Amino acid sequence: MIRADSDIVLEVHGLRATVNDIEILKGIDLTVRRGEIHAIMGTNGSGKSTLAKVLAGHEAYRVTGGSVVFEGGNLLDLEPEARARAGVFLAFQYPIEIPGVANSHFLRLAYNTLRAQRGEEELDPLEFEDFVRDKMKLLEMNPDFLDRGVNEGFSGGEKKRNEILQMALLEPRLAILDETDSGLDIDALRIVTQGVNRLANRDNAIILVTHYQRMLNHIVPDYVHVMESGRIVKTGEKSLALELETRGYDWVSGERRAAAGV
Amino acid sequence: MSAVLQNLVNQPYKHGFVTDIESDIAPKGLNEETIRLISAKKNEPEWLLAFRLGAYRKWLGMEEPKWSTVRYPEIDFQAISYYSAPKPRKKLNSMDEVDPELLRTFEKLGVPMHERAALAGVAVDVIFDSVSVATTYKQKLAEVGIIFCSISEAVHMHPDLVRQYLGTVVPVGDNYYAALNSAVFTDGTFCFIPKGVRCPMDLSTYFRINTEESGQFERTLIIAEEGASVSYLEGCTAPRFDTNQLHAAVVELVALNDADIKYSTVQNWYAGDENGVGGIYNFVTKRGLAKGVNSRISWTQVETGSAITWKYPSCVLLGENSVGEFYSVAVTNHHQQADTGTKMVHLGRNTRSTIVSKGISAGHSHNSYRGLVRVAPTAAGARNYSQCDSMLVGDACSANTFPYIQVRNHTAKVEHEASTSKIGEDQLFYFAQRGIGNEEAVSMIINGFCKDVFQQLPMEFAVEATKLLGFKLEGSVG
Ligand SMILES: Nc1ncnc2c1ncn2[C@@H]1O[C@H](COP(=O)(O)OP(=O)(O)OP(=O)(O)O)[C@@H](O)[C@H]1O
Ligand SMILES: [Mg+2]
Repeated sequence: MIRADSDIVLEVHGLRATVNDIEILKGIDLTVRRGEIHAIMGTNGSGKSTLAKVLAGHEAYRVTGGSVVFEGGNLLDLEPEARARAGVFLAFQYPIEIPGVANSHFLRLAYNTLRAQRGEEELDPLEFEDFVRDKMKLLEMNPDFLDRGVNEGFSGGEKKRNEILQMALLEPRLAILDETDSGLDIDALRIVTQGVNRLANRDNAIILVTHYQRMLNHIVPDYVHVMESGRIVKTGEKSLALELETRGYDWVSGERRAAAGV
Repeated sequence: MSAVLQNLVNQPYKHGFVTDIESDIAPKGLNEETIRLISAKKNEPEWLLAFRLGAYRKWLGMEEPKWSTVRYPEIDFQAISYYSAPKPRKKLNSMDEVDPELLRTFEKLGVPMHERAALAGVAVDVIFDSVSVATTYKQKLAEVGIIFCSISEAVHMHPDLVRQYLGTVVPVGDNYYAALNSAVFTDGTFCFIPKGVRCPMDLSTYFRINTEESGQFERTLIIAEEGASVSYLEGCTAPRFDTNQLHAAVVELVALNDADIKYSTVQNWYAGDENGVGGIYNFVTKRGLAKGVNSRISWTQVETGSAITWKYPSCVLLGENSVGEFYSVAVTNHHQQADTGTKMVHLGRNTRSTIVSKGISAGHSHNSYRGLVRVAPTAAGARNYSQCDSMLVGDACSANTFPYIQVRNHTAKVEHEASTSKIGEDQLFYFAQRGIGNEEAVSMIINGFCKDVFQQLPMEFAVEATKLLGFKLEGSVG
């Protein structure tokens, strides 16, 4: 389905999903346009990571209702790797370790897969090395990380930086950053968010999942959504995050309860 | 187990085809007459017949070993034919004379032998069923005094050497299957590297089982004299059959002072179908004697085939400062069972051994590492390092590690490390999220896991091994 209003990158409508037959997402609506940055906040266990993984196509989650249109096509029809190649990127909250697989090899394969997709020639290991080192400079990453196993023994913050390195390599249309700020020290937060800001442009879009305003001081969102028990219960501008920081989630829940007359 | 993993591990066997070469098969059954028949067919000297009969009598008094984890129906040793040979043809002087059917077989296996021989400088002593039908590069090797031929040929051409060493590393009564092999072996490889000679090329043999219900009893003997060195490659694959085939090989290595023998195997015999029907029973005895000071025996194996693998390539470290190594990748899938490992027996002073074992189990398979490190009272300063890692693909398979350590000298140092990991859905998802499909992901993970072993293989063998793991677990490995 090709749409006229092609400035929409992602349109989620009534999305429901279960894991082990437990419903986690209970009807999500979300529209993301080109050039926008959306922050998703919400209590632990409200379903933020689940939403991210469902969008990326994790097999453990079953979509039981709703639709997801990405760049005019039905995202839910695509295998996870096809979604990635189409430009959906997920920076994981908990990046997994893959012992024995050299980070450089992994990054090159991911990058070359993308180039092949775009009909471009693959980079050989030497060309890639130059290319990736430049990207690592942006993130002030030590090139030694290329020779180690993927995330193997990386500290929490190093893993997060490696995620953003991948984002820099793959230049996604839609980047979902799941708590990329957690685990980063103060300097790293600045470096990584600067990196993300340089990658953000008028053509792509970013969804930031975070618990803290400190992230949003660096990467300023156009919208802030609050999730609760598998739904987006409140949407506002960047000021909403500040308000949440002072008033807590109880305030949102309380407001809802009042509105529902409970 | 997820559907993705399920599909990946359920690739059909790619080498399942039967070559139609007329066979000369002995009647089924085993008795002294059978042994005399084999010996007569091969026109053997009296001492070898005596060796065989001695082994047979030992075997009669022995019991099939039951201590391993492998389970299989009773083998009826009387239902097996103990000799099968392609009809004799005129002596071959070049590859052109080799049966085109045979060449096509190798082609199908992806082993264009003539190309390999020419391009890679590998001398291929082709064992087809039980009789050698082609030998290349023998001439070139002969120039430096290396003998590389079938063991039956060696029996006739170099009887003293064979007689001096045969059965000295693996005695005829060593174990049930070794005794059986000693009684009925039909052919195999003989390799002799004289004093001071470093073999100029890797020596390679491709084994192939081609006749249904003909047991295979290969016999290999490799001797490296003082200061000699050799790298020997053994690779094998077999056609698809429904009835089980017994294979009981014996390999003996002898390294004298400062000698170095590197023995690499890639094994891909028919493993049975996905329900566990058919497949090769592989009961192998491989042992190297590091006899001289500073000698080295190194085993590298990539075991991917057979319904049952029972195999413990071992090193007896007799010479002072001698070194034993064992690098192993064992992959099991479907209903395959592998019980494999090594024995390092330290007898000499300052002997050293290294064990690196990587077991990968998929499907409903069972994969066990069984290793023994024994340090004798005489082995002052002996050292061993063992690392045994298991990887599980899916939920229905199992992996076990049985390390036995017996140290009788307090100056010895023995280290053992073990780990178990699992290729999980989350790892595959991580790859997929970066645009990398499951097949490629599994291949990368497995190759990363096996890296320490593959590094030990000669370059082109490593490439082949990587491919084989691909066939085994997913279809194709990049
Ligand atoms: N495999 C699973 N089995 C059962 N429950 C699950 C599973 N995966 C997720 N859940 C549940 O789904 C809910 C949402 O989890 P999710 O990880 O999406 O939360 P989150 O909003 O990202 O939380 P956090 O802020 O702590 O990261 C949680 O209650 C979690 O326990
Ligand atoms: Mg989360």
